[in-house]
Amino acid sequence: MTASDNPNLRPSKEQIIYANLLLMGMVAGLVIMFITYIVYLTGLLPPQVGMDAISANWGKGIHEYLELTHSPNGWGWIPLLGKGDFLNFIGFALLGLMTIVCYVVLVRGYLRKKDWIFAVISVLEIAVLALAASGILGSGGH
Amino acid sequence: MLNYPISRFRQWCLAVLFFVWSCPAIASAAEAMPADAAAKPWWFWPLILFFFCLVLGVLAVMAGVGGGVLYVPLVSGFFPFHIDFVRGIGLMVALAGALAAGPGLLRRNLANLRLALPVALIASSCSIAGAMLGLYLSRLNPDLIQTCLGGTILGISLLLLFSKNTEKPVVTKQDAIGLALGLKGVYWDDGARESVEWKTHRTLLGLFMFILIGLLAGMFGLGAGWANVPVLNLLMGVPLKVSVATSKFLLSITDTSAAWIYLNRGCVIPLIAVPSIVGLMLGSILGVRILAVAKPKFIRYMVIIVLMFAGLKALDKGLGLGFLG
Repeated sequence: MTASDNPNLRPSKEQIIYANLLLMGMVAGLVIMFITYIVYLTGLLPPQVGMDAISANWGKGIHEYLELTHSPNGWGWIPLLGKGDFLNFIGFALLGLMTIVCYVVLVRGYLRKKDWIFAVISVLEIAVLALAASGILGSGGH
Repeated sequence: MLNYPISRFRQWCLAVLFFVWSCPAIASAAEAMPADAAAKPWWFWPLILFFFCLVLGVLAVMAGVGGGVLYVPLVSGFFPFHIDFVRGIGLMVALAGALAAGPGLLRRNLANLRLALPVALIASSCSIAGAMLGLYLSRLNPDLIQTCLGGTILGISLLLLFSKNTEKPVVTKQDAIGLALGLKGVYWDDGARESVEWKTHRTLLGLFMFILIGLLAGMFGLGAGWANVPVLNLLMGVPLKVSVATSKFLLSITDTSAAWIYLNRGCVIPLIAVPSIVGLMLGSILGVRILAVAKPKFIRYMVIIVLMFAGLKALDKGLGLGFLG
């Protein structure tokens, strides 16, 4: 017997869709990250915070660093996408958002199969990840 | 006939060892002289970091540990970056590695989605709490977090040294929670040419353990493969291959939630994050190729020693003892 002979050995349909979506998002995220970093380093778009200012302050705590470099927190980088340094956040955000997108597909699949426990678990996970990504919890104190 | 490739390989290994030991030494020397470190051009540390992460990626694959667990203690100990940035970027590094490995593991049915989902919900919720607690403690006193990190890293190195995973644990009876959640499966073992059925036991205790794992992952930005695998394998009775694969996939969810907290707080600086992520990913690809001819056991022991040293260094730094420079 080989792995392909036994249907139990094959991953579920949801698992395959999840894997395919994750792969596409991961590749896109890494390619974008690489390209935006080249744009940043070559100075094609001017940075919001100069390289020397970053290297002079990366030894300081986050609150002091944000104050000294006048950097935004939360989703404050969105209006600064025209700046070389904050352009890199597109790649980071894509990597961080992929799991949420994959979970939305899972919820649909579990609801169709009437697998209520896993549908609820998936919805709760989306809520947790969305809360983390929203910035409500993470961007205070500046 | 084999002498030439073996001697070439030995030379290569020596070069890698020299590099991995020399980088912290260089960084440490520079750290002891803050004025000198500040005088370096802006590209100096990101460039050193890229090559350092390349070597870390190779070693992480060969030692069977995640990139995050090596990255945070070593970079926070030997580079001039504040621990807030190192933890945030450590999570991005672990996340990128997990996202890269996840699709393949899911397609081969080694990572089990059904096992991962309930565990991920607990771990990712707690990793948010861990990240917030870590940032709060760091604001109170960064030495506090450095000391806790040192203790945790020493604990991890002992865990890696003494834990003896079981390839196919025997689970005679599945518990009620495992049964209700359907935490069972079957995978194809290529080595033994057979399909292996598995199910969980002690599921409730295992799920509780992921509260602690999530907290530690978020607080220190370590990823959590070092803890996921023993809990899944030794406690819950999941076969080693499924445990390792599910753990890797699990990191893509756990680290996402904690990474967002650090990202939103501004702890991810692109100038040092991208060389870290790219370096570690390229290193992992290289590591997989080298794994075929290397002696992973030796590398594993070497990594454990490096981790112990990094843990002691973090403790030394946190407690302000100054024994290790």
